[in-house]
Amino acid sequence: MAEHIVTKKQYAYVFAILLVLTLVTTVAGNMDLGPFNVVVALVIAVIKASLVVLFFMHVYWSTKLTRLVAVSGIAWLGLLLWLTMTDLISRGWLGVPGK
Amino acid sequence: MANHSLALRHQFEDVAQQKDASTLGMWIFLATEILFFGGMFCCYTVYRASYPHAFGIASNHLEVLWGAVSTVVLICSSYFMACSVNSAATGHRKALVGFLALTIVLAVAFLVIEMSEWYLLYKEGLMPGVNFTYKGIDPGHVQLFFCMYFAMTGLHASHVTIGIVILVILAFRAYAGVFTPAYYTPVEISGLYWHFVDLVWIFLFPLYYLIARHLQG
Repeated sequence: MAEHIVTKKQYAYVFAILLVLTLVTTVAGNMDLGPFNVVVALVIAVIKASLVVLFFMHVYWSTKLTRLVAVSGIAWLGLLLWLTMTDLISRGWLGVPGK
Repeated sequence: MANHSLALRHQFEDVAQQKDASTLGMWIFLATEILFFGGMFCCYTVYRASYPHAFGIASNHLEVLWGAVSTVVLICSSYFMACSVNSAATGHRKALVGFLALTIVLAVAFLVIEMSEWYLLYKEGLMPGVNFTYKGIDPGHVQLFFCMYFAMTGLHASHVTIGIVILVILAFRAYAGVFTPAYYTPVEISGLYWHFVDLVWIFLFPLYYLIARHLQG
């Protein structure tokens, strides 16, 4: 895998976007968007996290194996949240026989 | 190329392979860290989905301004860490030490802000188990919110503290001239850890400070 050195300028662009997104999320958080407040906050957080992982943590330039490990960590977290929440949400849907 | 023989362990083909192996190892550790914090995020999600109202009330006891300021401080330190990696890769020893020092200063600033927030919450009687005197709506579940808040920010703060120790050691080694463009893997690897700490806070900030802001003026 060829060495890739990210320049300070490239880092500065990512840094600027991260600061803008922090401002946007703080402002949006103080507005009443109903149920979309959570959606907006989380979408912005995911965008910020992706920027950090891809550029600050160099996953954009890393080997496929490293990418696989990074994605699997996130996938397992997704599995944890998904299975837990499907259980929590659907628990009351069907009555328990004999109860 | 004298540094090569110094930096290259005999089991590796070349320096690039050695660096890839270290990066991979660090990412495997970070994957376990994702799940370490993930368990708590899952716990948070379940309780928030179960008691949205109490979590909304409790969330509004946190100061959004300080949450936002600590987010900016941490993002800045992450940026300086990234610059440290660049300086190490391009062989600028003084810049490397300088950027590491800036990263450390901001990390300490983050901890100072966070501990001040903790102290204010303690004074307000919102620290479960130590001083919890909240008598408003749904105190049980408000207490649950603060238990989660202190557990998650506490776990995060412990990671920041470990990060500071790593960065200080790194700065001293950098000052001694250990790192060269041919060998700066420790800087790169510690950078990954530091960005991960930033990553966790990127989610903690909206989840604790923001998403119930609109419910109360």
